[in-house]
Amino acid sequence: MIRIPPAALIGLFFTSLFFLCAIFAPYIAPYGMAEVVGDVWEPSSSEFLLGTDSIGRDLLSRMIWGGRTTIFIATAATILSFVTGATLGFFAAVSGGWVDQALSRFIDLIMSIPSLIFALVVLSVLPTTIFTLIVLMGLLDSTRVFRLARAVAVDITVMDYVEAARLRGEKIGWIIFRETLPNALSPLVAEMGLRFIFMVLFVSTLSFLGLGVQPPQADWGGIVKDNKEGINYGIQAALYPAYAIAALCISINLVADWILSRTTSLKGGRG
Amino acid sequence: MSEPLLKVRGLKIGATIYPPGEKSRDIEIVHGVDFDLEAGKVLGLIGESGAGKSTIGLAAMAYGRGGVELTGGEVWVNGRDVLQSNMPDKRKLRGAEVTYVSQSAAASFNPAKRIMEQVTEAAISQGKFSRKQAEERAVALFEKLGLPDPENIGSRYPHQVSGGQLQRCMTALALCPQPDLVVFDEPTTALDVTTQIDVLVAIKNAIRDTGVAALYITHDLAVVAQVSDHIMVLQKGAMVEYGTTDQIINNPVEEYTRALVSVRSIKHIEKEPVGMPILKVEGVTARYKGTNFDVLKNINVEIHPGQTLAVVGESGSGKSTLARVITGLLPPTAGEITFDGRTLTRELATRPLDDLREFQMIYQMADTAMNPRQTVGTIIGRPLEFYFGLKGKAKQERIQQLLDEIELGEGFQDRYPAELSGGQKQRVCIARALAAKPKLIICDEVTSALDPLVADGILKLLLRLQKVEDVAYLFITHDLATVKAIADSIAVMFQGKVVRYGPKSQVLAPPFDDYTDLLLSSVPEMRIGWLEETIANRKMESAGN
Repeated sequence: MIRIPPAALIGLFFTSLFFLCAIFAPYIAPYGMAEVVGDVWEPSSSEFLLGTDSIGRDLLSRMIWGGRTTIFIATAATILSFVTGATLGFFAAVSGGWVDQALSRFIDLIMSIPSLIFALVVLSVLPTTIFTLIVLMGLLDSTRVFRLARAVAVDITVMDYVEAARLRGEKIGWIIFRETLPNALSPLVAEMGLRFIFMVLFVSTLSFLGLGVQPPQADWGGIVKDNKEGINYGIQAALYPAYAIAALCISINLVADWILSRTTSLKGGRG
Repeated sequence: MSEPLLKVRGLKIGATIYPPGEKSRDIEIVHGVDFDLEAGKVLGLIGESGAGKSTIGLAAMAYGRGGVELTGGEVWVNGRDVLQSNMPDKRKLRGAEVTYVSQSAAASFNPAKRIMEQVTEAAISQGKFSRKQAEERAVALFEKLGLPDPENIGSRYPHQVSGGQLQRCMTALALCPQPDLVVFDEPTTALDVTTQIDVLVAIKNAIRDTGVAALYITHDLAVVAQVSDHIMVLQKGAMVEYGTTDQIINNPVEEYTRALVSVRSIKHIEKEPVGMPILKVEGVTARYKGTNFDVLKNINVEIHPGQTLAVVGESGSGKSTLARVITGLLPPTAGEITFDGRTLTRELATRPLDDLREFQMIYQMADTAMNPRQTVGTIIGRPLEFYFGLKGKAKQERIQQLLDEIELGEGFQDRYPAELSGGQKQRVCIARALAAKPKLIICDEVTSALDPLVADGILKLLLRLQKVEDVAYLFITHDLATVKAIADSIAVMFQGKVVRYGPKSQVLAPPFDDYTDLLLSSVPEMRIGWLEETIANRKMESAGN
């Protein structure tokens, strides 16, 4: 029986709450995503729990629908960045030599351009669909994952068991996925939590700047943008997405910490 | 003087362990040990790893390493029970009355400070000597310990002297505050055999001349026999036997002590070479990328089927590099390697699978040679699957067969390496090598990291397997006792060259060249007085000096 520490339990609870809301948004949200149901910036009432937004849509519904978009994009982009980044990183570390040099320098080149600027340039040329967003964010972030995965794998590939596998004549696939990956998992999983949070922030930033998710599709960054003028009149609408992002970040971190501490104490685990 | 300098009564030491997946719990690692040590005498503490020798040694300074707690008993130093004393009193004890010499001098010296500063630190901070007096003492000690240029060596940094010299500097460090007791914790274990003997002589003379008492901790009974007056044999935190050195070495009472004394007594009669050599190394020269000197210079050796070639030499002599060249990890710059009549390609990547299968490797550190995330079954099963395409039940049966061969039996397939002892891990590595049905196994220092009794078991297993499987060994080691136990032919390496090569009986018979003489004479023998005899008869200064 696994004993879950209280902090992780709280994290697990809120993380699953966010994800369940995202998955079942159509059934939970009281109103449609773009449905105008009331007046501009109505205060919270039994009808509209969080009030309404700048053009009279129910804010709670927008938050739930927005969470669905944001979490979906962030999850997909994180998975993409880990698959690409980790595979390339391991490949570079295991191959070594000029393959490693070429890949690493290319990644350095991309990393030397601030990702936000890079994204703004690309998005001003390409159509801003959710697909473009995911691919762009995933690839940009995979550079960070590459660096971590390569650093971890370089430490592992000098171990005698990897040399033993090479001497046996194993192909690179076995060395990457059977010898290296299982020993690199714990730092990668911990990093995954962190990268996911960065993805949430990144997509929110892009939407806030108007280059991310396009209206009328709801997302948390977009809700801030739509309602930012309200702050001048003491209207909280723009702050709810901020609360949601903060809560999601903290709960994911709690879970990631727990996973990290658990995997390192696994049988024969290494830090 | 009736009261001994150090009196230990019913010493109990506990520790907290954190088994994976379970709650942490407290265990007892030393179960009530008693002994006395009189001023000026040397007591040897001996036992295998985990016997509690270092822990007891540190307890003489009223100290327990992280997670270790001195839970009961008394430790009297100069008539005071130091376990009961408070922190300021303990501080006065440590570094003044009792000092400590650790196993790895390289890891214990601060690399950013000069040696002199570190050697005199305790003496000055304890107020025993002024800086000037302490430095004079240090120079005198450097001289006594046989360090070159004793006047100036103190102004060097730790990385500027050799390992053996640094270990002697640490002895100077321990003796500088004029302590009553020095705890030597495996001071020569990490050194090459030819360097060990010099350090041993230096320590022995320093103890004699300064009249200090010492606790000498080691796992090598032959070493402790040279320096101590009394010996205490420990096993699993309890005393097995205590006696004078003479009694322990010549008349051991307990069975465990007898086993320790008779360790390395495997008799192996050299086999005549039969037929064509299985491996022939001709004129091999090699260097590492980016360097401009050859680590191997024109090496010529051969191994016959079912026989053992032992490659001996100290660290840096190129023995492991030879293994890397043969396996193809390091392509040679010149020369040819023939295996079973076929010329091997220089690089690993270009060798056919069968060439790879036919020679296997066993490593020194079994810990890092096995993937910690794979079970024993996967580790041994992979070569079966990879080379022979075995699957399912056939694979399971063959794995079990191999486990039986290495004397592990049932119930090991699902274990992870972390759940095995050191000897068991090395056995699994042997099974993995055997799984490929090789004709040659390269054994790279396979027993160096193991306790003597466990190492003996591994050597016996290897010898037995050689008969059963008719496999040849290339046995790399720095330990001549191991060589005597297992080799049919021997190659002695020194600075990248083979200086002596031939059948065991010839290599180990006089007349010797200077280096072989030094190497052979440096292996501690299990008898009292060996050290003095050897030093008197040596032809060559040790290489690490």
